[in-house]
Amino acid sequence: MDGRRHSWFVPAFSLALTLALSVLPLPDSVAPLRPDWVAVVLVYWSLTTPHRFSLLTAFWMGIAIDTLSGALLGQNALALLVVVYLAERFHLRLRVFPVSQLALTVFGLLGLYEFILFWVDGVAGRTVPLVERWVPPLTGTLVWLAMLMFFDRGQREARERL
Amino acid sequence: MSAPGRNTPGFGRSGFSVGARFVLLAVVCVALMLLDQRNQHLQQVRGALSVVVYPLRVLVDLPFSTWQSVRSSFAQRETLIAENEQLKRERLEAEFRLQRLESLETENARLRELLDSTARVGSRALIAEILAVDLDPYRQRFDLNRGLVDGVFVGQALIDAQGVVGQVVRVGPLTAEAVLITDADHAVPVSVNRNGLRTIAVGTGDSGRLRLPYLTNNADIHEGDLLVSSGLGGVFPSGYPVARVIEVRLRPDQAFAEIIAEPASALDRDREVLLVWNATGEAPRAAEAAAAASVADVQ
Repeated sequence: MDGRRHSWFVPAFSLALTLALSVLPLPDSVAPLRPDWVAVVLVYWSLTTPHRFSLLTAFWMGIAIDTLSGALLGQNALALLVVVYLAERFHLRLRVFPVSQLALTVFGLLGLYEFILFWVDGVAGRTVPLVERWVPPLTGTLVWLAMLMFFDRGQREARERL
Repeated sequence: MSAPGRNTPGFGRSGFSVGARFVLLAVVCVALMLLDQRNQHLQQVRGALSVVVYPLRVLVDLPFSTWQSVRSSFAQRETLIAENEQLKRERLEAEFRLQRLESLETENARLRELLDSTARVGSRALIAEILAVDLDPYRQRFDLNRGLVDGVFVGQALIDAQGVVGQVVRVGPLTAEAVLITDADHAVPVSVNRNGLRTIAVGTGDSGRLRLPYLTNNADIHEGDLLVSSGLGGVFPSGYPVARVIEVRLRPDQAFAEIIAEPASALDRDREVLLVWNATGEAPRAAEAAAAASVADVQ
């Protein structure tokens, strides 16, 4: 019972923290490096403990980012939905990958996330630069690797629980 | 791919399959985006949502505002005295200018009466604090701690001590979202203070630069010229400093010159800005934001 409550608290806290991180003011020189925190964390959780979050969570998190960041309502929600759906759909196949390939996959997913945002911006006729777009997936993958190492023990426990 | 219900991830307990739920939610997203894009259909929804996330905004802002108040309460006596002296000096200067301004204002009113045109001097202003919250990194936007409750409206001009800062693009009950004049989708009608030459200053996405793309090679404009808001378009009150020209590059092979200007206000250092109401009290046409955007698009 105690373990269950714990397992509910950690992800909920991580999601709230993630939202805060994604709007935390950074100096202009560092700001372009900011990873897409929410996407990284949701991908991390859906690859390690796939049954924890529903698509609905991804949807609401996306709506929260849209509201916070003043983006088109539904833009981040759609991108998150696609990424989380893919991660959860194929987590059984991805799970057997070595870490290097897994990292590549995560980079691909985060790249897709950025691409959807960029695409929607383009369709909506908003002017956005293209050049800096590939940086957040890169830093996001690094953050994901760091999370993997840091939470490795917890992750192994979670796998055993499955 | 696999036996249904065995290996397909079960997201939840509802009757829908995962794929169906994904498609459903994706359709909802697209519908939301369409509604949001087609003018302010979702004003109310966004307002409600912004109230829901308001605590998070305040929480993120908290360390920064706390740090500032701590720093000011532990400020050295000497620095306080020095600051006080400086402020007194500045106030004296400002009052001196104000005296002249008052006589000029009456003179202006008299002249306008002679010309039978309406006077537009005098307007109401409210100080708003910028919340230390980073929005979309690719656009120059920020949040203010004033909203509908304070009478803020879409298209309202923002000004600081040095000049024009931007305008309000979205209003929630407690907060408002504003766009800087340097946003890549923003344009300000300006005129050159020296000779009244009118043009449009377009944002670049870099908070230290504005472009003047619609001036020909033989236009009378030099480095150092002050650009003030021309008041055309009805959003920005006329006569406020917008930017100073820092570079004029003539391109003989092209019809238009390449002119870069530096914003007059401290766009990336401001913590407080002024929300301005026109003297008439009526909210100007909110379509200006869209008009400004389309001007940028044409370019």
